[in-house]
Amino acid sequence: MTAAPLHDRVLDVENLSVDIATRHGTLHAVRRVSLHVKRGETLCIVGESGCGKSMTSLAIMGLLPKTARRTADRLAFMGEDLGTATPQRVNALRGSRMAMIFQEPMTALNPAYTIGEQLTESYLHHRKSTPAEARGRAVELLEKVGIASAAERLSQYPHQLSGGLRQRVMIAMALMCGPDLLVADEPSTALDVTIQAQILRLLADLQKELGIAMLLITHDLGVVARIADRVAVMYAGEVVEEGSAVELFSSPHHPYTRGLLRCIPVPGRTAPGGKLGLIPGTVPSLIGDVTGCSFRDRCEFVQPRCAKTVTMQGVPAGPRWRCILEELPA
Amino acid sequence: MSALLEARGLTRSFNMSGGLFRADRTLHAVNGVDITIHKGDVLGVVGESGCGKSTLARMLLGLTAPSAGTVTLDGQDIHTLSRQALARRVQPVFQDPYSSLNPRRSLASIVALPLEVQAMGNAAARRLKAIDMLERVGLPARLADHTPGQLSGGQRQRVAIARALVMRPEVVICDEPTSALDVSVQAQILNLLLDLRSEFNLTYVFISHNLAVVEHIATEVAVMYLGKVVEQSPTAALFAQPRHPYTQALLASVLTPEPGLGIPETGLGLTFPDPLNPPAGCTFHPRCPQRLPQCNSAVPVLGRPAEQASGRVACHLYPVSHRPLTSAIPGPTP
Repeated sequence: MTAAPLHDRVLDVENLSVDIATRHGTLHAVRRVSLHVKRGETLCIVGESGCGKSMTSLAIMGLLPKTARRTADRLAFMGEDLGTATPQRVNALRGSRMAMIFQEPMTALNPAYTIGEQLTESYLHHRKSTPAEARGRAVELLEKVGIASAAERLSQYPHQLSGGLRQRVMIAMALMCGPDLLVADEPSTALDVTIQAQILRLLADLQKELGIAMLLITHDLGVVARIADRVAVMYAGEVVEEGSAVELFSSPHHPYTRGLLRCIPVPGRTAPGGKLGLIPGTVPSLIGDVTGCSFRDRCEFVQPRCAKTVTMQGVPAGPRWRCILEELPA
Repeated sequence: MSALLEARGLTRSFNMSGGLFRADRTLHAVNGVDITIHKGDVLGVVGESGCGKSTLARMLLGLTAPSAGTVTLDGQDIHTLSRQALARRVQPVFQDPYSSLNPRRSLASIVALPLEVQAMGNAAARRLKAIDMLERVGLPARLADHTPGQLSGGQRQRVAIARALVMRPEVVICDEPTSALDVSVQAQILNLLLDLRSEFNLTYVFISHNLAVVEHIATEVAVMYLGKVVEQSPTAALFAQPRHPYTQALLASVLTPEPGLGIPETGLGLTFPDPLNPPAGCTFHPRCPQRLPQCNSAVPVLGRPAEQASGRVACHLYPVSHRPLTSAIPGPTP
């Protein structure tokens, strides 16, 4: 899969797996995930709870829990192998050149420190700057994320800000050191719809302006449609379909992708009060050996050969999908 | 058609402790709400967090006593009814199926509990009824002796729905019933709620922040802002022609799954008003892109705009054609 020249790729992941030891056996939370993000591009990972999307982002950032084991054929950030990098090197990159935004700004911010202290901490650490320089940078970024009277905000505590403002502070914090890669895990899920639109618009504008590569994790297909350049759909720890947002929404190739799209009410497309699409059954257990297509028990097009290993088909630039069918029956 | 469930001038305020050195302050969570729900309606209630949706739901259920105003069921004030009599007719489904079910009880006993409280039948008959109800919401009878911990989120919400329906109530108040669920599970629960509505002739109050879901399920929609209903219309009319600027902004900020449209500009600005100290006049005026000179002093009343066939809106942009219901009852002064 060499869709783009390799040096274009801010993040390049090949066959990333995460295994977690549990009382009942090994849980294969992420299974051979390959993805890449280019400079100035937004890749969305979409999927339902338990599909491994958050684990994928934590694995990339090197923030997995101790019980989890990460393996990958390649895990490269700006051409540098994170898999073999020393913990010191990963620490130096994380928070400066690769930054993360979490879902809950209330729990991700420390309630005992002021906004200013939290904003400048990583800058002081990574850039070895003076406190005055760091404060100047913090004010600059708070203004950039649309916070009025930024200088006064620096001395406030997280509880004095609304949810929308806190998420803006999180974004400003992630951008302090000028990252090349921004990983955002459900950045707007905890917010009201009007605030969600504002935060996503801000993220999209900043990402284009600063040319950052963004990896956005979400379960919300509306968010995906509006912000993604490319989309990776995850199911049961695997990427089951990947391609441009426009193609994926207009002509999904994987039965799960299509099922997901039919589940959501869309004004003008689903009849009010009518039946929504259903995906029968439930997600398979990922504990122990998982073989064949993980969606086959819920799939209306299942065939005997689905029980064998199913590889990705399609073209390297996308769309690519993990299904034996070349085309979905109508 | 007469009203089944009706709220008039419904208000609930909470005293917020100001701490050691400050006076207590009053939060008007719900502030003079009038709504009418006819039999068979699905009333969707939408609005941002803190707008009073859940407090309204608790008052309609009789779980929170109003500070002022009344809730009537078939014309009878619900506070003249006993808890049990009300619970026979109005039942809730809550958002979080993880905290709303007792983790130590079996599914059959969770669903049979309302029957037990009402002392209906003997234990064996109650269990049969509970299992029958579990089957109707799509849970096989073999799960009857499982505990909630063995179920998925969608299955738990089915149990909560079975428990709500086992008394055969007339009204079910659903407070964000699908917000904690994945989209594929949400679709199952919405389909189930719509099926049960026709099967049991139910009336729903459906509280949600998800406008696409409300558009799908509701027949009538009330939009709340800072404790007040600012617009109420039949669903199709509201989504086709939103009148209140806040409704317009809410609808504009819905991200439908249509790639290429980009992310909308809501034009609402960043400042959400302090609910403890709401703006004078129309509480929406500081964020309103279409405000008029009188908006910062005069409170708009909810009424039917002139030359409109349906719906009510509380906005100075739309002069009302007749005396609105709210003026009949002296509301509390905020």
